[in-house]
Amino acid sequence: MSVLIFIETADNHIKKASLEAICYGAKLAEKNGTVAEGIILGAVQDNLAGLGQYGLKKIHQVNQTLLQTFDAQVYAKIIAQAAAGTGADTVILSNTITGKTLAPRLSVRLKAGLVSGAVALPETENGFTVRKNVFSGKAWAAVRVNTPVKIITLNPNAYPVSTSEGLAEVVPMDAVVEAGRIKTLQVQKASGEVPLTEAEIVVSAGRGMKGPEHWGIVEELAQSLHAATACSRPVADAHWRPHHEHVGQTGFAIAPNLYIAIGISGAIQHLAGVNRSKVIVVINKDPEAPFFKAADYGIVGDAFEVVPKMTAAIKKLRGTA
Amino acid sequence: MKILVCISKTPDTTAKIAFTDNNTKFDVNGVQWIINPYDEWYSLVRAIELKEADPSTVIHLVTVGAADTEPIIRKALALGGDEAIRVNLESDDSYAVALQIAEVARQGAYDLVFTGKETIDYNGSSIGGMVAELLDLPYIAMATKLDINGTTATVNREIEGGEETCEAPLPLVLSATKGMAEARIPNMRGIMAARTKPLKVQEPVAADVFTAVTSYGLPPAKAGVKLVDAENVEELVRLLHEEAKAI
Ligand SMILES: Cc1cc2nc3c(=O)[nH]c(=O)nc-3n(C[C@H](O)[C@H](O)[C@H](O)COP(=O)(O)OP(=O)(O)OC[C@H]3O[C@@H](n4cnc5c(N)ncnc54)[C@H](O)[C@@H]3O)c2cc1C
Ligand SMILES: Nc1ncnc2c1ncn2[C@@H]1O[C@H](COP(=O)(O)O)[C@@H](O)[C@H]1O
Repeated sequence: MSVLIFIETADNHIKKASLEAICYGAKLAEKNGTVAEGIILGAVQDNLAGLGQYGLKKIHQVNQTLLQTFDAQVYAKIIAQAAAGTGADTVILSNTITGKTLAPRLSVRLKAGLVSGAVALPETENGFTVRKNVFSGKAWAAVRVNTPVKIITLNPNAYPVSTSEGLAEVVPMDAVVEAGRIKTLQVQKASGEVPLTEAEIVVSAGRGMKGPEHWGIVEELAQSLHAATACSRPVADAHWRPHHEHVGQTGFAIAPNLYIAIGISGAIQHLAGVNRSKVIVVINKDPEAPFFKAADYGIVGDAFEVVPKMTAAIKKLRGTA
Repeated sequence: MKILVCISKTPDTTAKIAFTDNNTKFDVNGVQWIINPYDEWYSLVRAIELKEADPSTVIHLVTVGAADTEPIIRKALALGGDEAIRVNLESDDSYAVALQIAEVARQGAYDLVFTGKETIDYNGSSIGGMVAELLDLPYIAMATKLDINGTTATVNREIEGGEETCEAPLPLVLSATKGMAEARIPNMRGIMAARTKPLKVQEPVAADVFTAVTSYGLPPAKAGVKLVDAENVEELVRLLHEEAKAI
């Protein structure tokens, strides 16, 4: 028996969300007295054996050129084969777009119950129950899985990464890789930016910024913190900012360590995407803005004055002024 | 072309979230039910647009739920769509629901099956992928744009930090998100027509139940906001560094 973790890559590097999934899977394996193994598809530049320090004992790698582009149908077959081969009783993925595409397919293939968006380790003392987010982060549900094999997708930033000594054994895996039916024609991606869903710190701004020409101070604050930038929905709708920055009920759901909301009123649909952030800071000129009720820290003031001061104070703190 | 649009029922986005029966059931008291926004604004409207462009297109709606989902289906029919199928099963297990949808899809031999990105109550993001695997079809999640050319679909989908354009053969399963279409409101003619459109009720096929919700809870409440004076921004940064340890 084992816990099998799918290791996701982006641009040939292992994603931070996967390190979290590995630590989560390793802890579960330790709890159950089994081992944690990984599966990685395609080439990667990082040192795989080094993933042992996160708790992996063994990594199964299938490295064929056909796997360089992600195709859920093709990937799911190989992961299912690996799960059967390692006798995995639990398969862990990240609750990323890739994980959300793969996990349901695996669930059907392995006849394994799926809990998506897990936020805590499973309770295994009495059955197998996992807490997941429901109602867009406004509540959680404990979900019991009744099948012998279980699948969990772990929310990014929901489980801490920790390291110790250890090397993983990397073993090539034999698999028949088919060509996928989905053909990628074009990829448009902002390169070099911190991916929003994985970012530790997110600086977000709303209609209070008055227009796209004023985003410079928001970006400078984000840069000073190595943060990702986000926005409210009307801002994306008005094309002031790209759609992939839109957070909330109809945008991305995020859970960074720190969320700084500038000129955002804090409508319930906005909160639905950010309410799992650990620390929330609100900068708004209206003391009655609903966002203050959901915040940990706040400044009632004009963003155009407060934000540059904040950037300066952070640069001073970090010694980069 | 034949299109199947999955329609699910969710509480309104502003609904109060509370639980009853020793935190094992969602408190439906006073809750306003709506069509899941992703199903209504994006999937269904895009399907209607495809039919407007090619009137030979047939749109069927499917929902897996008890009789109390019928007002939602009627509203979806008022927006557009030719007929609806309700599979008479209430379940919080994604697999059991997906199996019913796959069965309907198989019988109807659809070219396209639309789901929403996720339900805003269960947040599973699972049904589309499960249906696709059950039917051995390709599945594109988080689709923001769809064009059909003969038997090929060209789709834009969200990826982290951007967008990707891809191409897939029909039949195809999609999950739709923002960008796919613009929300519409039903007009009087649509509402009148919906009253007489067929709404078939079908009994479920036998399905294994993989998962069950055993209890619910609310996250701990925030302690309350600590306000810092606008003239003292350095103090905020100090608190974030020393107290919250967030920077
Ligand atoms: C079904 C549904 C889904 C939705 N999904 C989303 C979603 O996913 N994400 C989302 O964000 N919204 C969503 N919305 C919209 C949401 O209800 C709000 O309308 C939206 O979040 C408001 O955006 P905002 O806070 O930027 O703008 P506003 O509500 O206009 O707020 C602007 C704020 O800026 C402040 N301000 C103005 N000038 C300054 C200044 N100089 N300095 C500091 N503060 C200033 C104002 O006091 C105000 O609080 C959804 C709505 C519905 C009905
Ligand atoms: N009971 C249901 N009946 C019909 N379609 C559903 C049902 N539940 C979910 N769906 C569809 O699947 C999508 C994703 O749901 P979920 O996987 O639960 O987040 C929804 O947006 C709907 O399109």
